[in-house]
Amino acid sequence: MNILAQIKVEKWVEIGKLDDIPRQGSRCISIDQKTIAIFRTKDDQVFALEDKCPHKNGPLSNGIVHDGCVTCPLHNWVISLATGEAQGADEGATPAFKTKFDGDVILLDIGTFF
Amino acid sequence: MTEKQKLVVVGNGMAPGRMLEKLLEQNPDAYDITVFNAEPRVNYNRLMLSPVLSGEKTYNDIITHDDDWYDENKITLHKSGRVTEIDRARKTVTSKNGITAKYDKLVVATGSNPFIIPMPGHDLKNVLTYRDLDDVEGMLDMANKGGRAVVIGGGLLGLEAAAGLKAQGMDVTVLHIMPNLMERQLDPAASFLLRRAFEDLDIDVRCEADTKEIIGSNGKVSGVRLANGTEIEATTVCMAVGIRPSLELARQSGLECNRGVVVSDDMRTSDPDIFALGECVEHRGACYGLVAPLYDMAGVIADNLLDGSSEYQGSVMATKLKVTGIDLYSAGDFAEGEGREEIVLRDASANIYKRLVLEDNKIIGAVLYGDTGDGPWFFDMLKKGIDISELRETLIFGQAYQGGTPLDPMAAVAALPDDAEICGCNGVCKSTISDKIAKLGLTTLEDVRAHTKASASCGTCTGLVEQLMTATLGDAFNPNAVAAMCPCTDLGHGDVRRLIKAKSLKTIPEVMQELEWGTSCGCAKCRPALNYYLVCDWPDEYADDYQSRFINERVHANIQKDGTYSVVPRMWGGMTSSKELRAIADVVDKFDIPAVKCTGGQRIDMLGIKKEDLPAVWADLGKAGFVSGQAYAKGLRTVKTCVGKDWCRFGTQDSTGLGIKLERFMWGSWTPAKLKLAVSGCPRNCAEATCKDIGVICVDSGYEIHFAGAAGLDIKGTEILGNVTTEDEVMEYVVALAQMYREQGFYLERIYKWTKRIGLDEIRSQIMDQPERRKAYYERFVFSQKFAQIDPWDERVSGKDKHEFKPMATINLEAAE
Repeated sequence: MNILAQIKVEKWVEIGKLDDIPRQGSRCISIDQKTIAIFRTKDDQVFALEDKCPHKNGPLSNGIVHDGCVTCPLHNWVISLATGEAQGADEGATPAFKTKFDGDVILLDIGTFF
Repeated sequence: MTEKQKLVVVGNGMAPGRMLEKLLEQNPDAYDITVFNAEPRVNYNRLMLSPVLSGEKTYNDIITHDDDWYDENKITLHKSGRVTEIDRARKTVTSKNGITAKYDKLVVATGSNPFIIPMPGHDLKNVLTYRDLDDVEGMLDMANKGGRAVVIGGGLLGLEAAAGLKAQGMDVTVLHIMPNLMERQLDPAASFLLRRAFEDLDIDVRCEADTKEIIGSNGKVSGVRLANGTEIEATTVCMAVGIRPSLELARQSGLECNRGVVVSDDMRTSDPDIFALGECVEHRGACYGLVAPLYDMAGVIADNLLDGSSEYQGSVMATKLKVTGIDLYSAGDFAEGEGREEIVLRDASANIYKRLVLEDNKIIGAVLYGDTGDGPWFFDMLKKGIDISELRETLIFGQAYQGGTPLDPMAAVAALPDDAEICGCNGVCKSTISDKIAKLGLTTLEDVRAHTKASASCGTCTGLVEQLMTATLGDAFNPNAVAAMCPCTDLGHGDVRRLIKAKSLKTIPEVMQELEWGTSCGCAKCRPALNYYLVCDWPDEYADDYQSRFINERVHANIQKDGTYSVVPRMWGGMTSSKELRAIADVVDKFDIPAVKCTGGQRIDMLGIKKEDLPAVWADLGKAGFVSGQAYAKGLRTVKTCVGKDWCRFGTQDSTGLGIKLERFMWGSWTPAKLKLAVSGCPRNCAEATCKDIGVICVDSGYEIHFAGAAGLDIKGTEILGNVTTEDEVMEYVVALAQMYREQGFYLERIYKWTKRIGLDEIRSQIMDQPERRKAYYERFVFSQKFAQIDPWDERVSGKDKHEFKPMATINLEAAE
């Protein structure tokens, strides 16, 4: 197996400012026919997950954000914002993306799309 | 077989309750037992009147022995049976309501009466005492009317009454004749801290205040006048200056009485077949008013009734103040004196004061303020007369500090000796609890309370008992076994709702801080519930937290399985027009809406709308006069109607018009769970009102109001609330019922489940039979509607919450390359 093919190259793009997202809320990014949900926690950390619950593809961006997790609006699965993994007894994971700040500008790593 | 001996008990307070328990525990078959209770009730925990007054508990929470208990133990209980005569020659007692019972052994436990200073005006209306549940109900009544309450007496009872009245929203002044509050239990320093804590609660405290007169007009209280001429306006006066043993019955029966009914060490009165028990007793010249000594006496009597030879030796007492947020503990004797030394610890920043009084290297008194956790430990050493010279250096820091490093509380409990007292009220020691846990396999706090009485009275040792359970049971004990609201808290919905009101909590962070939430910002279960409770309780002050609402209520449409939304415009009472239908048709075409359907609530549902299209859809609907149908809300949904007497040959009233009126009045209101109404024009009931949350059936003579139906997960016909004759009455009764449900329902609890919990009769009585209450509910609903009736679609068309509907960015991969 080609080891090189597994090395991901980071690619950072600007997606907006911290204040564009409400605290304990979420906004979406459209990219390559996918939707990525950007979350802002109560203490102003920012996380990015594909906007699809691993259970039945519910839009996680529409869930309630609490304690580093989001609860899916369709069937109340609880998904970790940092890893995308389902919490508790549920099993499954949604892809997570890296974010960082440049001042108050949020950058998203879209390296996996290339 | 010989006939059983007859035991008669006069009085049904906490002391006789305990005595009967001890007796039945030792020999359930020794006596035929009859109890006379002057109050029309079963036995309840008098220590808990303060939380009832402040709204933190209800009467049902404080019942200690219910009707079933008397049945199970074959005890005859005569409620409202005040005993007026003891015939010692014939060995019978007779009650005011004409019941005579024969006794072989008699226990007199007539308790005490509140002392009323015979000052001018003491017999005015609204001069209350603080002694039993009737008093609490009287005070709650007065508190509902608002105004200022003057509490005469700054002792334990007076202060608890003052804090309770304050929690019920009254202005409160405490008048105390001595220079220091609770001077019998506290030293001046602790008394000062206590006074400051009460002043921080915004209670006006005046010491050295000698009340001379209660002033009144038209037979009602209007204020009080002090000896120095000061006048204080008041609508209520509560006299809490102390209690006097209730002696009348004993005295007129010829039993020896002094300050109380005189007993010897075996608790017998001057008649060897008659015992006296509780607050009416005088033993070695002392009368007692706290629960611990009364329980000691109860044990002695139970034993002596079974031919034992127990003796009561008098009691040393510890006191706790039961006011939420103020921790105070005192025990023993703490006056200064020759040969006495003291150890004092003050921590001004943490508001802590501790003082131990020592004599001959033994603790003889303790006063703790702010941090009372070590109270039972000090009290234990005090009672046992333990020599503390080896602990002396670190004694004041408490038990956890002994041995050099602070221990965790679990280890501290584990380290307690077997005979250490855990529950002061009920005199339960550590080994009693751990033995019962092991022997009976107890796993819940309720079980331990039921079997040992530990923490079953004032409840302040609950934490200790739980720690002891953890120490004994390990992981098998789950202290959260009560139905908690969610994993973030141990409190149930009922507790949270009561505490939000009692402590005036007005934001979600405040609730989480004050009620000690276990998570930093709650979860998807508790946040929507708290948001609803706060919206309901503080309609004018609370700023709705949209991030704590489910998505449907946040974007005012119903999410579907594919992430699209459905939109239901309001059609008042189910009526529509060609203009409205045309507007809907145009919207469906313009936005290419894939499905259109009629709902069960007589509305039109458009399904499959993309989230980002929602504001534009609403804008077009709004131009035709539509507002949100709130088909997504835990709130008023629809009022379904039939065509009524306008068209129908059977119609008796204008059911359509009434339905529209109800919907126009009630739309926009948030409720614990969805609320669906219907109005039918005749008993044929074409609007299906008898399976709705609230339904109205028109009849010739007026209107039949129904409620608590269900046709979802459960199927249940409605219950009848009552009949009224005019439309205006329908409006008032239905709205009052909805408000009662709004104020008491648990989040997501439909009205039929709430009804089951509260009781049909209670709801009927409050809405149908208590016009003042009904009108107050109605007024509160009207007030809250001022802030609720804003069309959310119109707001969003105008730009509110834009971020919900637009992507933050669209990234073009080629451009990013």
